[in-house]
Amino acid sequence: MEPSLASYLALSGILFAIGATGVIFKRNAIGMFMCIELMLNAVNLTFVAFSRHYADVTGQLFVFMVMSVAAAEAAVGLGIIIAFFRNRVSVDVDDASILKN
Amino acid sequence: MFVKTYHFLLLTSHLIKMATTALFFVFAGLAIACALSTVYHRNPLYSAVSLIGVFISLSCIYVTLAAPFIAAVQILIYAGAIMVLVIFVIMLLNLDEDKPYRKLNYLYALGGFLGIVLLAQTFFIFVAVKKAPQTPVNTDETVGKTLNIGANMYTEYLLPVEIVGVLLLMAIIGGVILVRRLSQPELTLIVNNELDRRNEGDEKDDYRIAL
Repeated sequence: MEPSLASYLALSGILFAIGATGVIFKRNAIGMFMCIELMLNAVNLTFVAFSRHYADVTGQLFVFMVMSVAAAEAAVGLGIIIAFFRNRVSVDVDDASILKN
Repeated sequence: MFVKTYHFLLLTSHLIKMATTALFFVFAGLAIACALSTVYHRNPLYSAVSLIGVFISLSCIYVTLAAPFIAAVQILIYAGAIMVLVIFVIMLLNLDEDKPYRKLNYLYALGGFLGIVLLAQTFFIFVAVKKAPQTPVNTDETVGKTLNIGANMYTEYLLPVEIVGVLLLMAIIGGVILVRRLSQPELTLIVNNELDRRNEGDEKDDYRIAL
């Protein structure tokens, strides 16, 4: 018996919760970025599970768009981190508070 | 004889369905373990390798969902391009481990509590599924095939694909501009008419474009 839709959605929810907790915990900018990617993958799993359940290709095409957006975000985000690291020694986000006040 | 073949095929298909369920739970457990490892480790390189493990197990789950194109693209793009880029950056910047909070230990407990609350909310899905109309899984497997996805990409979903192209162009331009060092001399494009005869004082009429 193929696992039901609820199993896939529960797995997706668990991965999303773990990713959200990671974004809160991590002090490293790259660690936070990796937990954001984990959350995006959880949502991808939801889309593919629903696409299988309703036999609609829209879900899988949206997964393709999400992956492209994640790749673009990776390029620009890591560029920001490198540009940030040139002026300061650490990528600790607690030290990045010059926009305050 | 014919009945024996029928029984054999029935048993095999039943075993394959059981194997699908067992494989799903194996890969789901692997994905959750790798995700917990990503969040737990303070060294960003360990987190990156654990995240690659998550992506590969998710790709296997996509195969059990009859989505072979998405499974292949997941390995290609996520594990093959994005994580390689992340590992480049980690090794380029030579990042140290995260230092744990000393004075703010209660924040770990608060974050963990919020995470558990979010996790408890996801188990609402089992309640919601019981209330939803029980349509059976549509076992039409042509949905995930590459031919079908390609046909839809070029006919019905052409606009999103083109917009994604523009988005990737924006990302390329943004990436190039972000890592530009301003102390370096800018590129200067001189537009002039090389084929015309030039005098000495004509250089002030040239166009200069600074990139």
